[in-house]
Amino acid sequence: MEFLRPATWGEALAAKAEHPSALPIAGGTDVMVELNFDVHRPSAILDLNRVAELAEWSQDGGVVRLGAAVPYARIIAELSGPLPGLALASRTVGSPQIRNRGSVGGNLGAASPAGDAHPALLAAGRDVCVEAASVRGTRLIPIDDFYTGVKRNSLAADELIRAVRVPVADGPQQFSKIGTRNAMVIAVCAFGFALHPGSGTVGTGIGSAAPTPRRAVEAEEYLRGVLAERGLWESGEALGTEVVQRFGELVKAAASPIDDVRGTAEYRRHALAVLARRTLAWTWNDYGKQIRSAA
Amino acid sequence: MRVTFTANGKPVEADDVWEGESLLYVLRERIGLPGSKNACEQGECGSCTVYLDGVPVCACLVAAGQAQDREVRTVEGLSGPDGELGVVQQAFVDAGAVQCGFCTPGLLVQTDALLASDPRPSDEDIREALSGNLCRCTGYEKIMDAVRLASARRSAGAEDSE
Repeated sequence: MEFLRPATWGEALAAKAEHPSALPIAGGTDVMVELNFDVHRPSAILDLNRVAELAEWSQDGGVVRLGAAVPYARIIAELSGPLPGLALASRTVGSPQIRNRGSVGGNLGAASPAGDAHPALLAAGRDVCVEAASVRGTRLIPIDDFYTGVKRNSLAADELIRAVRVPVADGPQQFSKIGTRNAMVIAVCAFGFALHPGSGTVGTGIGSAAPTPRRAVEAEEYLRGVLAERGLWESGEALGTEVVQRFGELVKAAASPIDDVRGTAEYRRHALAVLARRTLAWTWNDYGKQIRSAA
Repeated sequence: MRVTFTANGKPVEADDVWEGESLLYVLRERIGLPGSKNACEQGECGSCTVYLDGVPVCACLVAAGQAQDREVRTVEGLSGPDGELGVVQQAFVDAGAVQCGFCTPGLLVQTDALLASDPRPSDEDIREALSGNLCRCTGYEKIMDAVRLASARRSAGAEDSE
């Protein structure tokens, strides 16, 4: 095994081009588990800790460019305002020690359906994109095209994740996750939800209940229609139980979970409907308050 | 490969390190710092918590090569130069927060980090900060007592020196 230690982003891309099977490592919270248990023995490890810009974020207009290796602890501390859904999801990752090392870039690279960041990224909208770079250049992969299968993503062998671009929230966002305790939990299932009053749309993200993280498209369309037809964006009035119930059912229908050690498919479907109703109620309640206090 | 870094203020060097080896293995097996404990090897238990450039992390999840040229501080580095116990260590002894002792090194480092950033944490803050450290003797109440005691002594010490 080789241990590659590029000092700059340019060197990292050159190393990945030369060693396409090299496994990138930043926080190590996924990669080291595989190495410790000999699940995976890559030909080379590509350490990204020395590439300082990967641990930086910036805000340009309405978009946050989040470096791939910014640890969850810093997302919670520094980005709860512009990216509330992702910050809430970050709070549920592992433990303080894990959040000091783990990052969204790692979640995207591993592409586990249980990764906590994914539902929040999907809910943040279709404009979210992954900035993938190689010696050939940089491309922006829309989040909806990024996840291709269980622990598979659309990165080419010579590409590395530089950053993820996430629009600044224009409305309330929520994240909710089922597990046996509050810390150190791999999600039984998870749900991210966002209201986007600026575009009159809503965003959803389902975690741990399908081969990939996925959007509940019909649930989003249903709610978008109801909110527009009834003038609810303007009034901020209560949604009513029928709408909330229907939304939950559509989220449940969008999942295709399996039975495994963490839970049964049926439990996951049931729990997702509950999470969908709760996160919708929480965010809509917050939105209604904003409308009324502005009036 | 060779890995060199600073451990508890002293430069250290390890040779013939396997590229997939963890920092924890290097600390325990190659440079004679066995205080950090090896239990789960997957970040679940927190027994191997050390400072890496001042940030508490699970040493089992840091590749040894990632520690190159960086500063590591282990539980051994919490005591004074002549081996006198630090405030957090003494509080764990006095509160009876040590049963089998296996989880203690990780709890000491994590508590040290908590009190450095929040000298007077609430019980909720303590539980959150220690949520990644498992005690299989389940002596959590005494551990809570120890953290409260360390917090109180630290604050009293800070007032005395003012």
